Amino acid sequence: MGNIAEVVSKAVESYQKDPTRLLDVIRDVQDALGQVSDEAIVQIGHLMNLSKVDVEGVVTFYHFFSKSPVGKYTVYLNNSAVAVMMGRGAIAKAFEKEVGCSFGSLSEDGKIGLYDTSCIGMNDQEPAAIINGVVFTNLTEKRVKELVTGMKAGRNVSDMVKDLGDGNNQSELVKSMVKNNIRQRGSVLFAPYESGSALRKAVAGTPEDVINEIKNAELRGRGGAGFPTGMKWDFCRRAQGERHYVVCNADEGEPGTFKDRVILTEIPEMLFEGMAVAGYAVGAAEGILYLRAEYMYLKKFLEKVLDDLRKKNILGKNAGGKTGFDFDVKIQMGAGAYICGEESALIQSAEGKRGEPRNRPPFPVQRGYGGYPTTVNNVETLCAVSRIMVEGGKWFASMGTVQSRGMKLLSVSGDCDKPGIYEVEWGITLEQLLKTVGGSGAQAVVIGGPSGTIVGKEAFGKKVCYQELGTGGSVIVISKKRNLLEIVHNFMEFFIEESCGWCVPCRAGNVIITNKLEKIMAGNGTKTDLAELESWCKIVKGMSRCGLGQTSPNPIATTIANFRSLYEEKLKKVEYETGFDLLKSVQESCKVANRKPKIEGH
Amino acid sequence: MSELTFFIDNKECKAKKGQTITEAARDNGVYIPTLCDYPGIRPAGTCRICTVKVNGRNMAGCTTPVEEGMIVENKTAELEDMRKAIIEMLFVEGNHMCPTCEKSGNCDLQALGYRYTMMVPRFPYLWPSREIDASMPKIVIDKNRCIQCLRCVRGITTADGKHIFGTLHRGDKTRISADPELVAAMTDEQAQKAMDICPVGAILKREVGFKVPMGKRKYDSAPIGSDIEK
Amino acid sequence: MSKPIVATASLAGCFGCHMSLLDIDDRILQLIDLVEFHKSPVDDIKKFTKMCDVGIIEGGCCNSENVENLRDFRKNCKILVALGECAIMGGLPAMRNDIPVKECLEEAYLGSPTIDPKDPKIIPNDDDIPMILDRVYPLHEIVKIDYFLPGCPPRADLIWEALLTLATGKELNIPYEVFKFD
Repeated sequence: MGNIAEVVSKAVESYQKDPTRLLDVIRDVQDALGQVSDEAIVQIGHLMNLSKVDVEGVVTFYHFFSKSPVGKYTVYLNNSAVAVMMGRGAIAKAFEKEVGCSFGSLSEDGKIGLYDTSCIGMNDQEPAAIINGVVFTNLTEKRVKELVTGMKAGRNVSDMVKDLGDGNNQSELVKSMVKNNIRQRGSVLFAPYESGSALRKAVAGTPEDVINEIKNAELRGRGGAGFPTGMKWDFCRRAQGERHYVVCNADEGEPGTFKDRVILTEIPEMLFEGMAVAGYAVGAAEGILYLRAEYMYLKKFLEKVLDDLRKKNILGKNAGGKTGFDFDVKIQMGAGAYICGEESALIQSAEGKRGEPRNRPPFPVQRGYGGYPTTVNNVETLCAVSRIMVEGGKWFASMGTVQSRGMKLLSVSGDCDKPGIYEVEWGITLEQLLKTVGGSGAQAVVIGGPSGTIVGKEAFGKKVCYQELGTGGSVIVISKKRNLLEIVHNFMEFFIEESCGWCVPCRAGNVIITNKLEKIMAGNGTKTDLAELESWCKIVKGMSRCGLGQTSPNPIATTIANFRSLYEEKLKKVEYETGFDLLKSVQESCKVANRKPKIEGH
Repeated sequence: MSELTFFIDNKECKAKKGQTITEAARDNGVYIPTLCDYPGIRPAGTCRICTVKVNGRNMAGCTTPVEEGMIVENKTAELEDMRKAIIEMLFVEGNHMCPTCEKSGNCDLQALGYRYTMMVPRFPYLWPSREIDASMPKIVIDKNRCIQCLRCVRGITTADGKHIFGTLHRGDKTRISADPELVAAMTDEQAQKAMDICPVGAILKREVGFKVPMGKRKYDSAPIGSDIEK
Repeated sequence: MSKPIVATASLAGCFGCHMSLLDIDDRILQLIDLVEFHKSPVDDIKKFTKMCDVGIIEGGCCNSENVENLRDFRKNCKILVALGECAIMGGLPAMRNDIPVKECLEEAYLGSPTIDPKDPKIIPNDDDIPMILDRVYPLHEIVKIDYFLPGCPPRADLIWEALLTLATGKELNIPYEVFKFD
């Protein structure tokens, strides 16, 4: 066991016992030992002067940390709705057959572990899995067989990648089979861009000028909530604090979104420059890119981009050539938690804690990272910032609709001919969009991911914009051959898995409403059940603490509103039905007692 | 100290700057039900029972500071029903066997069940499988009864500020746990404090259960909150 | 109006709720003037021979016989009342709910220290013995229940007030002191 002590002490020392680096310490231990055992947890606690239960709390919070061994090879297979639609079930079976264990467990020899995972941001190339940090997309049963054979033979995982994807996925530092699938380029993000031009313009004026320009652009946050960016920066700049921070939220976890992955792969310079502009505007010297663990494969590449930007003096001392403006960016890895996309949870996580959202007030712009005023902005937002600096706020605001200015990246997946990334002007109708992506004839569209809205044909004339159909970018097309309620159920399981557990309505409520949904799906629902389900969704939405619980009932609530008949046709025409099945409930005891169940009427 | 004026259900109230809505309400003789809140420890907003409407938006009263002129809705039929729903959720989420519980009669959750005349929870029982940790010398933790209010996590620390209790896992698997080394070093006073701070019967000091006879317990004869209401 | 007809039963309960009913003391004379008892352990009538107005049930359902009994009550009573914690949420018997049935039965019939080693080691399986359910169920998870009276046992005064309300239609009065879960 000397090995544990060695690994732990090396990990702890390499981060100078800094408690804010606890996630990194744990990851190093996890990578080295394939688990973070009780013994390792106790030792981390001792060396970092933390109580064991706090370390264990962090280990058990994040999906990619595990107290029990997860194998030399760890397969995380996406189980989100679109993965299921694209044949995830058969792939899972193939893995189970080849490896010889079921999902959620380890092979007998302890070598290969199979685990489910929430959306990994590859919806346009599902089924997909992450094996030891390496992404494998468009999996087939044949490919699974090859992969398992390779793992059994002890092959290096990255060597098993055959064909590389397009663009920077081919970079020496990425070497990934992931495809960008950029289907439509617009004028904000995927137009030619000269690195350094935005910061040059920004530092030529005052920070107030920058904020005003962003206000003129009427730019709103691209993560989904749509908070005005200029206003956020203004609050942050004005907030008292000896330091200010810029945090980029690269934790896109909403099932169906993958636009940030493509930005990070193709135009990271534009993003980091946007962070520098933000830093200049709010008076920050440090930026943090909080990168979701699923995108670990991009980390080395992004580090290199940061290095290059330092060399070009876009980052570093006197950044952008502005004397006295020092700004640099570091990357903080996440560890698998959807909730960390919520800005205050993200900050908690970046500080090395459990990713539980904070109470507000105070807001992050008042007291954020380390207690200092912090602006948390989405990847796409910060890229738009760079473009606005170059082209001007007025130019930007001339596009889109009244309350949704500019262009928006959409991650389109599901039942369409051309899944991928589309840069569109806000205000495009769903109908137009469906035509473009080859998804006409859809039964439903999930817009904004599970936490957004599920709409049917009647709404296809509506516009994609904050006033009508808002979205952080996830668009999932669902054809008529799909069972929509099963998709709703998959979304609810996702929220149950990803709730942080802090507040009662989200923690217990999501389980309760999902059970009720199951009752109706099983054909045991009545009119009363449907009415209760509707009213219970309101309780969870109305009483939950953060955006997760306030939106998690949406898959149910919006399908009851837009596809009521799907529920109604499942209802029993009786006054009362509990779903209790006497025969089923005595099976086990009869088996144990070695008798045949005898029930009248059966 | 500067004073703020605000309104709860049209009643004009005064608050000190920095006071939360629930604190200020208490000082003004208005009861807003609370469960995870506890005097002297930082509010967490885990239970949401103190949810009020502030300028039309649902906010937790225990974590929201009063602002000048705030319009707070408290005892509306809608809010009272949602609060009752939260109490019912807690009753079905754990395994709450009041008849066998050492804390019965002194339990805040049960008292809220009484106050809201909970005849039966509207939600089906979830019957979770939960552990009873009796491995510790001074206390026992019965996780069947835990409502994850985090009072113990926030309120019980060592002299150098380390958490003795903490939270493990997430979502519906979230559980309270104690640090074995730190809990072993707890004093009798700390163990008593842990039991007292726990609103339910999840943390019990050994050998002190059922000390107070029925009829004389905290909530036997008057509802929770009746000491505040004037 | 003729006197309302009341039936009662104890399923997976301890009869404590019925005892509590008797705790209404001399008001029992008034009660007999107010209602007529039909199938009930109080008068030992075993079978329903007429429709009842109110069925009062103590205890949850732990076996097939409880379920059949409960369904019989639902069929023969206009109003069903769940009386006490076991009826409402399973109560003490439900403490087995997170233990697998196999483990429970083996502990009771094979591994218990009170078993005579000379006896054949079997788990009783005669067809006449009710079958054990996978867990203990509250009544309303099996049939529709109209009213619930909590307590372990529900206080006599609460039962009295509820019976008065059901028999006379007067508004239900629940003094704080008698509304308890223990």
